[in-house]
Amino acid sequence: MNGHSKNRPTKLRLDYELIESLVADGAKVLDLGCGDGQLLADLIEYKGCQGRGIEIDEAATLQCIQRGVPVYHGDMLEGMSFYRDGQFDVVILSQTLQQTMDPPKVIHEMLRVGCRAIISFPNFGHWLVRVQLLVSGRMPHNRLLPYHWYNTPNVHFCTVKDFREFCERQKLGREEIFLSARYQRLSAILANWRAGIAIFQIERAEPLAAAARV
Amino acid sequence: MSIDDEVPISDESRLGGSQSVGLVKPQSFTFAAPPGELELECGQKLGPITLAYETCGELSAARDNAVLICHALSGDAHVAGYHTPDDRKPGWWDIFIGPGKAIDTTKYFVICSNIIGGCKGSTGPSSVNPATGRPWGLKFPMVTISDMVRAEAALLDHLGIERLLAVTGGSMGGFQALEWAVRYPERVASAIPIATAARLSAQGIAFNEVGRQAIMADPNWQGGDYDGKAGPLSGLAIARMIGHITYLSDEQMHAKFARRLQDRERFGYGFATEFEVESYLRYQGDSFVRRFDANSYLYITKSMDYFDLPAKYGSLGEALANVRAEFLVVSISSDWLFPTYQSKEIVKALKANGIPTTFVELDSPHGHDAFFLPNERLSATIAGFLSNVVRREREAAGRGSANP
Repeated sequence: MNGHSKNRPTKLRLDYELIESLVADGAKVLDLGCGDGQLLADLIEYKGCQGRGIEIDEAATLQCIQRGVPVYHGDMLEGMSFYRDGQFDVVILSQTLQQTMDPPKVIHEMLRVGCRAIISFPNFGHWLVRVQLLVSGRMPHNRLLPYHWYNTPNVHFCTVKDFREFCERQKLGREEIFLSARYQRLSAILANWRAGIAIFQIERAEPLAAAARV
Repeated sequence: MSIDDEVPISDESRLGGSQSVGLVKPQSFTFAAPPGELELECGQKLGPITLAYETCGELSAARDNAVLICHALSGDAHVAGYHTPDDRKPGWWDIFIGPGKAIDTTKYFVICSNIIGGCKGSTGPSSVNPATGRPWGLKFPMVTISDMVRAEAALLDHLGIERLLAVTGGSMGGFQALEWAVRYPERVASAIPIATAARLSAQGIAFNEVGRQAIMADPNWQGGDYDGKAGPLSGLAIARMIGHITYLSDEQMHAKFARRLQDRERFGYGFATEFEVESYLRYQGDSFVRRFDANSYLYITKSMDYFDLPAKYGSLGEALANVRAEFLVVSISSDWLFPTYQSKEIVKALKANGIPTTFVELDSPHGHDAFFLPNERLSATIAGFLSNVVRREREAAGRGSANP
């Protein structure tokens, strides 16, 4: 693979850019729910990564193929089960955690097939979400949460605080990055109130074999 | 739905149309003349061997754009285009091969040969046994998928093609694509096995055996020695009818025939053909016997039964351990002869070996034979995959991405 220093023609969304910055040149990367494969295609082209994707939507899968991204069309837990332990340097789950049926299992599998996991999710603790529920008494509906209660694919929302607690209970080392709902970088101060999107980079505090199953 | 079905031919794909490869010439290549016979997997020797083959498109100067198409049980070398201006229909995979199609012949050089054991110009049980001057019949040695692939490799040597850009095929053609990637890792840049498996299932063997028994129970089979006579036409037709059921799906059969009666309003309370589905199967059987040899059917189905990569190499993971090709594995959602889980077994072993693998389950109601039907998504998938393989191959060779 060549061309690590090629200039990128278009500017990415900031969360993609930040996720990319967390991935080392030449890393082996698995992207869960990779959509049209844009992030992986960029990682392959600009960072010389070995990228693999898993995507459940057939039309999005086709876009990955047209971009030259090797992709598995199907369920992410099934797709991950095909890989050996530690086959990837990093496994990415971008704004999809809240749509998975079994988040602990997904995270466990991510940290089985990968050394590190990068997980981004919409923060349900954002002040606007809290205010919308408090004041209107209805399910929050905004830029980051564009669905109604009856058609949302989001089944497992969490807040920044919830996810921190999860990491501590599971003995996962973590680094945190926060963005506003408009994809502006934020400091960690009062992140659970202010962050629209949280990006967690997590890894096991102890080796896989020693870690209790989550 | 299958080779014998009437797939509508677009104007572009008619002879002279913008997407047709036009007229193609049947060719043949003979090798392994004694004493250099091919030693077959069964231990017997076979030679000389003739392979019927056809090509379309142009081989690039760098010889880096060759795509080998492997046909399935009842296929032949006539994969695309027309033999004569009077041909009623083009080659069996014309929907995917031609200018601007999935396998674009303005970019790629397409090769397809009839398998050994076949009856469409390649050496098989209906060929003349040089020792006796009569057709081989059951004296023809048993051939396997790997024998077929080794013969195809000899053809590529003859054509001066060191490395394939891609090898692809559906069903038994997929067996060959897998065997190619395993047996000749350095010669295959990519493999596209479609609606296939790493070994034939017990169910697949079972259907093959019923087909063979139908042929061998036909008194006209005569132990395979029916040279010059009609041969086991009804046995072969029944075998084809059974095969056809397995190539369709419940949903598709219902959509196509439901319980409709053929040319009548009410039941006749007899055993004549009454239902449309009966009529369809009989038509399929009857048209098949006009173009296929019963002994070839026996040999080819047996070669499928023997195909078992995991058993041959200890496990599928070990079988694929030395593979260097990128893979595009395609299954069909309604295929119950080669169900999706069998493709996933291949994908799993490829992924565990770190081989770049793309897997797509094509959502289609048409059953196993869906890959014979026009399908925009399958077409775009193959085209997209190939364009990236050729780009990477040329980047790796420092040749850029110019067209041939």
